[in-house]
Amino acid sequence: MRTVVDLTRCQGYAQCVFLAPAVFQLHGEEGLLYATAVPDDQVERVRQAAAACPVQAILLGEEVSAGAR
Amino acid sequence: MDSDTLLARITDYTSRPNPYPLYAELREAGPVVRQADGGYLIGTYHEISALLHDPRMSADPRTRTTPSLSEETPKPPFLRLDDPEHHRLRTLAMRPFGPPHSPGRVDAMRGEIAHITGELIEALRDREQIDVVDDFAYPLPITVICRLMGVPREDESLFQRWTDAIVASADIGPGEDTTERNKAAMQARQEMGRYLVNLAEQRRDRPTGDMLSDFINEPDLALRLTVEELAETAILLFIAGHETTVNLITNGVLTLLRQPDQLDRLRREPRLLPQAVEELLRYEPPVHMRERIPLADIDVAGTTIPKGTSVVLALASGSRDPKPFHEPDRFDPTRPDNQHFGFGSGIHLCYGAPLARIEAEAALGALIPRLGTARLVQDPPPYRQNAMLRGPRHLPIHL
Amino acid sequence: MPGDDLKDGRIVIVGASLAGLRGAEALREEGFTGSLTVVGDEPYPPYDRPPLSKQVLLGQAPADTTGLPMRRDPDADWRLGVRATGVDPLGKRVVLDDGESLPFDRLLITTGTRARPWPNPEEAALDGVFTLRTRDDAGGLAKRLAAGPERVLVIGGGFTGSEIASACRERGLEVTVAERGPAPLVGALGGTLSKLAAVMQRNHGVDLRCGVTVTALRGDGNGRFTGADLSDGGRIDADVCVVALGAVRNVEWLAESGLAAGPRGIACDAGCRAFNMYGIVTDDVFVAGDVSRFPHPLFGYQMLSLEHWGNAVAQAEVAAHNMVSPGPLRRPHLTLPTFWSTQFGLNIKSVGVPTFSDHVVIAQGSLEARRLAMVYGYQGRVTAAVTVDMAKSLDYYRHLIEAAAPFPPPPGAADRAIAADIAIPSDVPDPKGLSHGPTVALTGYLPDRRLTVVQPTG
Repeated sequence: MRTVVDLTRCQGYAQCVFLAPAVFQLHGEEGLLYATAVPDDQVERVRQAAAACPVQAILLGEEVSAGAR
Repeated sequence: MDSDTLLARITDYTSRPNPYPLYAELREAGPVVRQADGGYLIGTYHEISALLHDPRMSADPRTRTTPSLSEETPKPPFLRLDDPEHHRLRTLAMRPFGPPHSPGRVDAMRGEIAHITGELIEALRDREQIDVVDDFAYPLPITVICRLMGVPREDESLFQRWTDAIVASADIGPGEDTTERNKAAMQARQEMGRYLVNLAEQRRDRPTGDMLSDFINEPDLALRLTVEELAETAILLFIAGHETTVNLITNGVLTLLRQPDQLDRLRREPRLLPQAVEELLRYEPPVHMRERIPLADIDVAGTTIPKGTSVVLALASGSRDPKPFHEPDRFDPTRPDNQHFGFGSGIHLCYGAPLARIEAEAALGALIPRLGTARLVQDPPPYRQNAMLRGPRHLPIHL
Repeated sequence: MPGDDLKDGRIVIVGASLAGLRGAEALREEGFTGSLTVVGDEPYPPYDRPPLSKQVLLGQAPADTTGLPMRRDPDADWRLGVRATGVDPLGKRVVLDDGESLPFDRLLITTGTRARPWPNPEEAALDGVFTLRTRDDAGGLAKRLAAGPERVLVIGGGFTGSEIASACRERGLEVTVAERGPAPLVGALGGTLSKLAAVMQRNHGVDLRCGVTVTALRGDGNGRFTGADLSDGGRIDADVCVVALGAVRNVEWLAESGLAAGPRGIACDAGCRAFNMYGIVTDDVFVAGDVSRFPHPLFGYQMLSLEHWGNAVAQAEVAAHNMVSPGPLRRPHLTLPTFWSTQFGLNIKSVGVPTFSDHVVIAQGSLEARRLAMVYGYQGRVTAAVTVDMAKSLDYYRHLIEAAAPFPPPPGAADRAIAADIAIPSDVPDPKGLSHGPTVALTGYLPDRRLTVVQPTG
């Protein structure tokens, strides 16, 4: 699974960092960095983080597969 | 009826089981509805959102002139302070609890929370009737916050009394005499502050890994709370750390027992649980209102609200506003783009929100499989007095 | 229903990055049931670029893991690794470099930008000289940074250059930033915040050289980059060089198309419909993302060209909606420009158009605290705001900009700066004097009447 955060929306509430600290981390007080590839054992946590995001900025999903038609 | 009595009607105890029709009336009369005592009430989503992000809106009760304060108010905890002081204290309070300094703290408690939940569930075995509040929704968060902060659970009789007194004085209600209530709260604050500081002092140089220990042993003196700050902060975190979570869990059980189809759906699709908790925070939130005070005359949707006036933001009404929420009175765990006000918004967004989320998810996740044949013994259940922190006092159910 | 025929037919999207993917998804969300083909010149599925200058350079994410998650499967025919070489607007076909041509009923162009290359091709080809735009660029650069070079030279102090410098310092690498303007980020944020940016760079150990240009890149006899000459006579010894001189719009393939495509992008109306070279709007060619330029009423109807993530998403959604909707149901693209950058531990966010300004005030916080909200005004109204570690305030200023509120903004903020009422010049320099272009380019005229921007040739 892949994740992307709409950092245009993000206001630095950091709920995702609390709920999935292996995937999301704060860079300084407010900047957000995240692992773009979500390991299988973190998918549930990222799902929870996406649900909890106060500005609904987190998207979890599959990327377009290479041979897609 | 007159819209200038809306806050009085909302806070009237008889409205506790179902304030939502009054919120609809509020939104209809709004966006800005002046109350008889000179204060204002706002219940529409976009206006609330704008005001929660407006740096001219103070959370500090000491800035209020209308209705006037009955007595000298001491410096409140960071929940009711403004930036930059709010930011400084909240950042210090966050150091042992969350990112950037302690990002894994709450996540690491999942196992312990699951364990406590398991024990509580186990104790319900073979019982035909339980009180969701006393048997489950209260014991879980109080046990968790005691362990997190390092407060002995055996002292429950003490801190429960203090908590009740402090929470009662924090309620919102127009025109009532709050002198006695405030005096009791002030005394409870002093006693509870001394008690928590004393617990922390016992850990000075003997760290025990809990938050009181972390606060007192912060090595950087510039980042260490003063004794007064420690007392106020610890009281806030302890009380806010369990009071509202009790309501969240209880409201969850109540909502699902009223809507068997949704209960059934969550039993079949436990993956929806995180979204269901968010929807619960929108649909039946533990915190219904917050007060703010403009630091300058401000214009809201064409109404000028004078500086110093009490403005009550009905968050629970905003979360039921049909403008952003399609079919707002429907509980829908798959609701898209759910930007509710369950934890507020802006700089004061609930400090303990992630912990509450994990506790609610663990609690409901463990309870849902056992509610298959459950029914409410009493509907509506008896509610607590508090209108701002709204929730059932008891929730008897038959298993 | 009228317009139902628009839900069917053949749509081709050229450009398989963020705007292309979100456009494809939005077309399906809007009920498009016809055939959908997405053409991309890179061989990879759509991927996210912002992490390339952050997580990837920090070594926290491999360059091949930034694939964008889909909101929904757009059920498209993905033609990846194929370059579009032209459009026949009359025959309604997109011509591909493999000789094939794709017929369309409606076309969406989302070809974005590429990194502006170092002007001297021989020097640019030296081993160790990079640009940073694609996944391959980032992968190669990250590998080189991981090997522990002695010094990295970054040419250009815009957002990309600053983020690269920040990542280098975080990895403990020595880095020199050469910027032709007076300070980093000055083209995007103006004088006051650029001074903060300069202080942050120097505090973090960056060897920051402003007011200089790099006159030549040097190599050893084996074609390896060894350093650079500066216009002040100085010389930098370095083993890695990143050329961060801004972006070039991918429009060359449209040269024969008759569309209004030039160095500043493809001109379109507020509904994302492309203009042709006579300024007549088309109705079957749509544009979205970095390659577009569009009029915005809040900024004097000037044509904005933005290199912003959020704009790519929002504009692609509007374009998709309009591609399948009859005229009266179409929507304008009126989103306020918004961007962010994380560098040297600070989170910088912007809303509005900071370069569309004559004065600024610090409305909240302070430079000393490294936490502030700066508000930009033009002729007495609020036109932009930039926050540093104060993102939760940004929405408030967004409302002020949208409402064309008076500048300076109303007083009363609890954490308002002592100097909040004192507006100082915004000090936005002539973009021609910078190594980096402004992120927001107002391509009509600059507000301080300094000049009318001349379209550069070629």
